[in-house]
Amino acid sequence: MDDSMDESSASGTLRASAREFTFPAALSDPRTFQIFSLGILLALGAWFRDFSLQPAQVILTFAAGLATQWLCWPLTSSKPRSLLSAIITSLSLSLLLRADNLFVHPIAAASAISSKSIFRFRDKHLFNPATFGVIFALNCLPGCWISPGQWGQDVAIAGWVIVLGMLVTQRARRADISWAFLGFYLGALAIRVAYLGQRWSVWTHQLSSGALLLFAFFMISDPMTGPNSRAGRIAHAALVAAIAYAWQFRLYRTNGLIWALFIAAACVPLWDTLWPAPKFNWTQNGGHDETIALSTTDARDADVRRDHARQAA
Amino acid sequence: MLAMLMFAAITLGRPHDARAFCGFYVGKADATLINHASQVVVAHHDDKTVISLMNDYQGEPSEFALVVPVPVILQQGQVHIGDRELFRKLDSYSSPRLVEYFDPDPCEIMRPMAMGGASMMHRQAPADASNQAEAKTLGVTVEAEYTVGEYDIVILSAKESSGLETWLQQNGYRIPLGANRALEPYIRQDMKFFVAKVNLTEHRRTGLTYLRPLQFAFESPKFMLPIRLGMINAQGPQDLVVYLLTENGRVETTNYRTVKLPTGMDIPEYVGGEFGDFYTAMFNQQVKRNDMRAVFTEYVWNMEWCDPCAGPPLSREELKGLGVFWLDSEPGAMGVRSGSMIYPQPGGGPLPVMLTRLHVRYSADTFPEDLVFQETQDQENFQARYVLRHAWKGSRDACSAAKSYFDEVNRRRGQEAEALADLTGWTIGDVIKKAGLRGIDAPKPWWKNIWD
Repeated sequence: MDDSMDESSASGTLRASAREFTFPAALSDPRTFQIFSLGILLALGAWFRDFSLQPAQVILTFAAGLATQWLCWPLTSSKPRSLLSAIITSLSLSLLLRADNLFVHPIAAASAISSKSIFRFRDKHLFNPATFGVIFALNCLPGCWISPGQWGQDVAIAGWVIVLGMLVTQRARRADISWAFLGFYLGALAIRVAYLGQRWSVWTHQLSSGALLLFAFFMISDPMTGPNSRAGRIAHAALVAAIAYAWQFRLYRTNGLIWALFIAAACVPLWDTLWPAPKFNWTQNGGHDETIALSTTDARDADVRRDHARQAA
Repeated sequence: MLAMLMFAAITLGRPHDARAFCGFYVGKADATLINHASQVVVAHHDDKTVISLMNDYQGEPSEFALVVPVPVILQQGQVHIGDRELFRKLDSYSSPRLVEYFDPDPCEIMRPMAMGGASMMHRQAPADASNQAEAKTLGVTVEAEYTVGEYDIVILSAKESSGLETWLQQNGYRIPLGANRALEPYIRQDMKFFVAKVNLTEHRRTGLTYLRPLQFAFESPKFMLPIRLGMINAQGPQDLVVYLLTENGRVETTNYRTVKLPTGMDIPEYVGGEFGDFYTAMFNQQVKRNDMRAVFTEYVWNMEWCDPCAGPPLSREELKGLGVFWLDSEPGAMGVRSGSMIYPQPGGGPLPVMLTRLHVRYSADTFPEDLVFQETQDQENFQARYVLRHAWKGSRDACSAAKSYFDEVNRRRGQEAEALADLTGWTIGDVIKKAGLRGIDAPKPWWKNIWD
């Protein structure tokens, strides 16, 4: 008992030391890691792959995205204000969208960011901004397209490594929707391969899609537009996977993942009604399931506090 | 969008001289497989597709047979005989090209002028289905049966691959080992099988010594090209050139990387005499650098014009002959055939037809899935084009500018040699030697100067 008291006291000192060390504000936000990962993917694509992307298109995407975010601030009540989300949207659009002109990217970025202020329901924006921007561009702007096959196996594998590394670093619990989606979607692809009697190399080939990677870990996982509860997120992942599968293998259309996320967005309010839960906040440390543990010390610290709270109760 | 097809050639009758097309050739007595580029034209618009299969089969017509998976049952009117001359024209128009420029007299001030482009294409460039009862027991249904031109055609549907394999064997088709497994995914996707063989009487009546291209038109959302069936007994990589005709923009594959070939490089003048070898080596090198996992774009251009032209653009009627059904027949400004290297002559606007020429070398390991296409909105023109720059033939002492001009030419030639070596994988020493370059040494190995 005494030993345990001593140990508790020692760990308390350690915890106090850990708390004294604070990350810069930007690093405590999981979006910083997302920006880092997306930036590496964009650099890999630009340097090692013919992404058919002009530097001017990237610059214009960022300029339009950040400017629109700044202009939209008076329309939103969210605090504190941050440009991190706009940077993520700009990176996603640069990674996904291709155009044979210079005006598509900035218009897509502006529409993506402004969609957050325009399409709102119960104080949440309805569409993932990058998804909205891509859908808007594909349907309303000339000379643009998505090139899902341009990543190549090696870059896609590097992408998986980066993303998984990011998840381990971040320990983001909202990754549940990513894993659930991958489980449903890749499971459906596996069943299809088995049913058709195809080789398993078909399935592994389908895995090596950079678009799938981007979608699973940076788009459907967007906590601001996804369902608030875990049950809702699992249901949403299943719905998106089903729509994407049908789009691609029943209707034989392209860009099934993006269209599925766009279409399924209408169901998020339904999931939030069926399974109510607090809304996500990027910088909140209120003990929601979305709280990001930044280090093992922090995680242990939180566990110990919970244990103490239970014992006290 | 939707075009789907997939082919395999099989043989009729006894196991001898038989060749397949659209995927592989089978040599005499099952000896060797000869790599060859199959050629397919796909015209696609609004979920409607017309596919033309070039038939350069060289063996006995009695032994020709072809199986192509198709998404729907094709009725007699949907199958047509094409004109192989149109393939040649399309090939010539879209070929990778060599362009020559002649340096001007450095002693005069004048603007360099393109002298035109010489181009050469490097072109890797069943028995009767009468036994219905038997077919039924095998789960095979003869959906349609008719003769078009010199071909007897049967459209089959099947419930299982072993039944289809048995039916084909019982009806005199000699299909490769392993066909069962390759056929299965298509049967499970409820695809039909277009099976063609030569009707010898009709073939004699045509008076032709070759077999004409087969064309078929259908409506389906699938925009793809089945290549897996052709891999059944392939012993090595195969080449396929696909010409895609669409209304709005460039076509690319969605499940493989589509890569544009290196273009616009200056290469040594001697390559002009062996452009075919150069292109073969260059393509081999690109395939190697991409681990044989990429589809290569050789040409993207609006069918109205070209610059420079490896061959003249096809006329509206010729495009229609290749399945471009959305083009009205009103006379356009299609090129004045004047021998100019740029078509059309002044006047006329773009035609609503873009040509994308894709060249793919594939093997069973590196291309596990059929090719799936999408039409992008990209209207930027592209051509695989390589440049020869001929030096001015004057004297180094002609004027003061001539000396620096020749110094520049020497520097340029060194760069051209390096570019050629990099493009083709040829050694720089060999290139320098063949180019007859003096005073330019091949780079020495890094260890050469350590102990010297």
